[in-house]
Amino acid sequence: MPDGNVLLEARGIVKRFGGLAANDRIDLTVHAGEIHALLGENGAGKSTLVKILYGSLQPDEGTVSWQGRPATVGNPAEARALGIGMVFQHFSLFEGLTVAENIALALPPGSGRRGLDAEVRSVSEAYGLPLDPAARVAGLPVGVRQRIEIVRCLLQRPRLLIMDEPTSVLTPQEAERLFETLRRLAGEGCAVLYISHRLEEVRQLCHTATVLRHGRVVGRPDPKTATMADLARLMVGADVEGAGSRDGQPAATGPVRLAVRGLSQEAGTPFGVSLEDISLEVRGGEIVGVAGVAGNGQDELFAALSGEAPASDEAAIEIDGRPCGRAGPRRRRRLGAAFIPEERMGHAAVPAMRLSENAVLTRHGTDPELATGGLLHLSRARGLARRIVERFDVRAPDGDPEAKALSGGNLQKFVVGRELDRQPGVLAVSQPTWGVDVGAATEIRRALAALARSGAAVLAISQDLDEILEISDRVAVISRGRLSPAVPAGETTREAIGLLMGGAG
Amino acid sequence: MTGFEAVILTIVTAATPLLIAALGELVTERSGVLNLGVEGMMIVGAVTGFAGAQLTGSPLLGAVAAMAGGMALASLFGFLVLRLAANQVASGLALTLLGLGLSGMIGEAFIGQPGLRLERIDIPFLTDLPVVGTVLFGQDPLVYVSVALAVCVSRFLFHTRAGLALRAVGNNHASAHMLGVHVIRTRFLAVLFGGACSGLAGGYLSLAYTPQWVEGMTAGRGWIALALVVFASWMPFRAAVGAYLFGGALILQFHAQAEGIPLPPQFLSALPYIATIAALVILSGDQWKARNDSPACLGQVFVPDR
Amino acid sequence: MRIELRQRSEDSRLMVWLSPLLALALTLAFGTFLFAALGYDPLRALYVYFIKPLTEAWSLEEIVVKATPLALIGVGLAVVFRANVWNIGAEGQYTVGAICGSILPVMLPDLQGPLLLPAVLVCGALGGMAWAAIPAFFRVRFGASEILTSLMLVYVAQLLLDWLVRGPWRNPEGYNFPESRLFEADAVIPALAGRMHFGTIFALVAVAALAIVLGRTLKGFQFRVIGAAPRAGAFAGFSEHRSIMTVLLISGGLAGLAGIGEVSGTIGQLHPSISPGYGFTAIIAAFLGRLNPVGVLFASLLLALTYIGGEAAQVSLGVSDKIARVFQGAILIFVLACDVFIRYRLHFQATRLPATRAEDAP
Repeated sequence: MPDGNVLLEARGIVKRFGGLAANDRIDLTVHAGEIHALLGENGAGKSTLVKILYGSLQPDEGTVSWQGRPATVGNPAEARALGIGMVFQHFSLFEGLTVAENIALALPPGSGRRGLDAEVRSVSEAYGLPLDPAARVAGLPVGVRQRIEIVRCLLQRPRLLIMDEPTSVLTPQEAERLFETLRRLAGEGCAVLYISHRLEEVRQLCHTATVLRHGRVVGRPDPKTATMADLARLMVGADVEGAGSRDGQPAATGPVRLAVRGLSQEAGTPFGVSLEDISLEVRGGEIVGVAGVAGNGQDELFAALSGEAPASDEAAIEIDGRPCGRAGPRRRRRLGAAFIPEERMGHAAVPAMRLSENAVLTRHGTDPELATGGLLHLSRARGLARRIVERFDVRAPDGDPEAKALSGGNLQKFVVGRELDRQPGVLAVSQPTWGVDVGAATEIRRALAALARSGAAVLAISQDLDEILEISDRVAVISRGRLSPAVPAGETTREAIGLLMGGAG
Repeated sequence: MTGFEAVILTIVTAATPLLIAALGELVTERSGVLNLGVEGMMIVGAVTGFAGAQLTGSPLLGAVAAMAGGMALASLFGFLVLRLAANQVASGLALTLLGLGLSGMIGEAFIGQPGLRLERIDIPFLTDLPVVGTVLFGQDPLVYVSVALAVCVSRFLFHTRAGLALRAVGNNHASAHMLGVHVIRTRFLAVLFGGACSGLAGGYLSLAYTPQWVEGMTAGRGWIALALVVFASWMPFRAAVGAYLFGGALILQFHAQAEGIPLPPQFLSALPYIATIAALVILSGDQWKARNDSPACLGQVFVPDR
Repeated sequence: MRIELRQRSEDSRLMVWLSPLLALALTLAFGTFLFAALGYDPLRALYVYFIKPLTEAWSLEEIVVKATPLALIGVGLAVVFRANVWNIGAEGQYTVGAICGSILPVMLPDLQGPLLLPAVLVCGALGGMAWAAIPAFFRVRFGASEILTSLMLVYVAQLLLDWLVRGPWRNPEGYNFPESRLFEADAVIPALAGRMHFGTIFALVAVAALAIVLGRTLKGFQFRVIGAAPRAGAFAGFSEHRSIMTVLLISGGLAGLAGIGEVSGTIGQLHPSISPGYGFTAIIAAFLGRLNPVGVLFASLLLALTYIGGEAAQVSLGVSDKIARVFQGAILIFVLACDVFIRYRLHFQATRLPATRAEDAP
């Protein structure tokens, strides 16, 4: 257990967005040489706090001191000048620029570009993070992108390294390599503020921990001695319960309702992933989970299933035995399928349109009462939106608000509710609980389980392995556009899935 | 002067305003701002340049006034789209409409007046060299400025830190903001530079190309410069190549008429516009898009949250 | 002091109505300043420009005459802009509409009968559609920006018109003026009253029809979805390409109709200056009318007033007639500036927020 000097001390940090206090009088102390976990569910205020420490947000109240002296961090450049580096969850890289240019941008002004390439190489090799300085970021895989971010930080010789959910995009094996790098940095006296909601890795890696819930500090447990259940209870505020539908249920024996046969598709965009010979059957009554690291063809697979990117072969996809590979989304919905994409804003819903109009968005082809003879019936659409809001407990402003006025979790409940309300026979869903608070996530998973129990075939694509293992009857893994055979969830292990995610096997 | 020299000379003078305006817009677009007001800034530059030269008696001061005119309009545009987060396409159109109106009003006093010309440089001996003499050494100063500008813009964008920051802002403004680059300030400066270039390009028309003020004398050159930026896939030297090709197309009509080609003059006048459409269509193909360098944030509104 | 924008959680419904009025107020303030700077008595000038034309029957008629093409084009532009397609070449579609509509009356002057006028109008609309189909096709097939292609085609259309009226279509009895022969009676849109003609009814019908299409039909819903979020449109099963094609054909057709309407109903023959920039001014009408068909109708009347006011100010004060264009550009700039209030709350603050603030109770 390192016992370095106090490096960073934050006192009484408050940050409000509108009426909501994202950070409510938070205290945080980080010592040199420690790996300090910042734990909390989505929306607990972790990201807001670190953005304040890194200077990209300004607190409404509170003080920050750095090495014992009061400090104002007005912007990220000032943070870097102090010795604070940050690796973002959603990378802050520039696709159109080279690796070296991406790194040069974060270095203090005046540092010459000459010699940078050599330095990039030496630092990246010293920490086992190989990089090619001249490569363009567009087209590089996620793991490499994270390396760029880390090397970018390390070149500034930081005293404190902030890592925001770094493993969410990594395979278990890649994560293990990252942990080694972080331990080594800590050994050299650098502090690491490690943000995560994954309890197992926090117990493995971190020396100290601060747990946030609803913007407040709710505990400072010792991650080495606390049990997973202890940490979870602090984070969630109650004993955690799963969707709980999968345990002890017999495997589904319903008819095949969704079939994918030898689906191959060229990538539609220069940096997309081509799908190669994907085959999969989902039976009524079961949930099949598709695990995988982001950017391995999940988006393309979803688009092929929804009909946004139809296949060239009609037989490649069958819904309830009817071939529809070349059909668009509307015809597939009429065959009884429903789809929920990963991105709520601008894909599943139009942010600037009202909920009633967003209800029409995916229901106009299947609900003739919404649109007859090309005319819209707006009062019926409002009725439908109201029904979805009530049935699925969507918390929304009164009346018929625009979609963008809803919080992420509530909009997701609306989007899920819009599809489930139809009682679809086949449902393909991508990242069903991405960015959703724990309560809403549990409700959504329960709803998916209930849909499957009622006889529907559910295909769930997710990067969250915990989620996959919790809800799925069978699990397949997508890697570089190829899909592994689906195996019963009870017969596989986290490690085996991890290997497949990394492209082995 | 031989016929060949004359052709080259006219191509160069036709291409110069296109090149200057395109380079300015190229920098603006690299920062992620689409300013469709080039035509408006150019025509205002043409009239302020002409007026400046008439009032001071110095065509050089006229060129300065042309830049100032373009920048004044550009700063209005910058305020609209950067400070007030207005739609860039509509604001650019507004700028063009306003510019056409303003220039007409300012220019009314100058219609029919003989203008002052930016004198061609005449270097004894060098200018007298056969074939290359006038082409290389006998042009007006802005021709050299335009070539130097292409070199400088290229150096700036790809070999300086400020240029890197500007490209970063155009590529991903949220990340640039996270890294502490001043997105709005960078873009504002890029818009001002674009305005100065457009103004100067307009000034070239009224001070060197045809030294007089004619209403609407830009005749769509601002729009052609916009197309050139796409044609050049946001690379300065390709913009230069494109400008000379288009200069050639503009000149073709005059020479075709002189050669007595039996086509109505209107058809020949339409050539540059049709050539622009053709270039846009050919260069917008998917294959080309995959390779080009288009700024990812082009036309997107950035509002920092604090 | 600096201005900060804070995004509203929902668009302000109040500001949707207030912002155009605010923009008008700012334009008048700007006008006061401009007239004063030019050495005119601003109050008198503004009266002559904006009020006097509203007090006389002939100028009111003239406003309706000028508002007719503006509304026809502007309402089509409202639909394309809603679909996030930037047709800025309506001036060209207007010109080609005028040319195509003139084919029968100019080339077959002996053709008469009650069917002639409908045929003339249909030809005009088809001409505008054909001209708009060019950028639509290039956009859909090759991904070429319709902004630049549609604009380039304006110049081509104007040169085409210029060639026709100076060359093959020049009026043999026209003393060598660049103009076509006059339309025969059966090819002329009948007058409503004074200078106003039935084209105004077309404009009103177009406004009503497109208001219904945009607000009440699945097709209009499709345009709006694809304009606001193309990915959501594809997810809903709408074809973006078909949407681009349709909206461009609608707006091109209406611009073409406006063109032949102006030639047949108001001018009576083709000549090179059949438009004082209606196709561009209609862009302003579309924005000032909030891309809402009914709003566009009112905006067109207002913009028609800027044309008439400009002429009036030139006649009675000696102000340059170019001032109309300046006012039009200024209106658009103020409209765009005021739109910020719809989506954002403006927040003025002295300097950067201090890291610590004393008691700041919510």
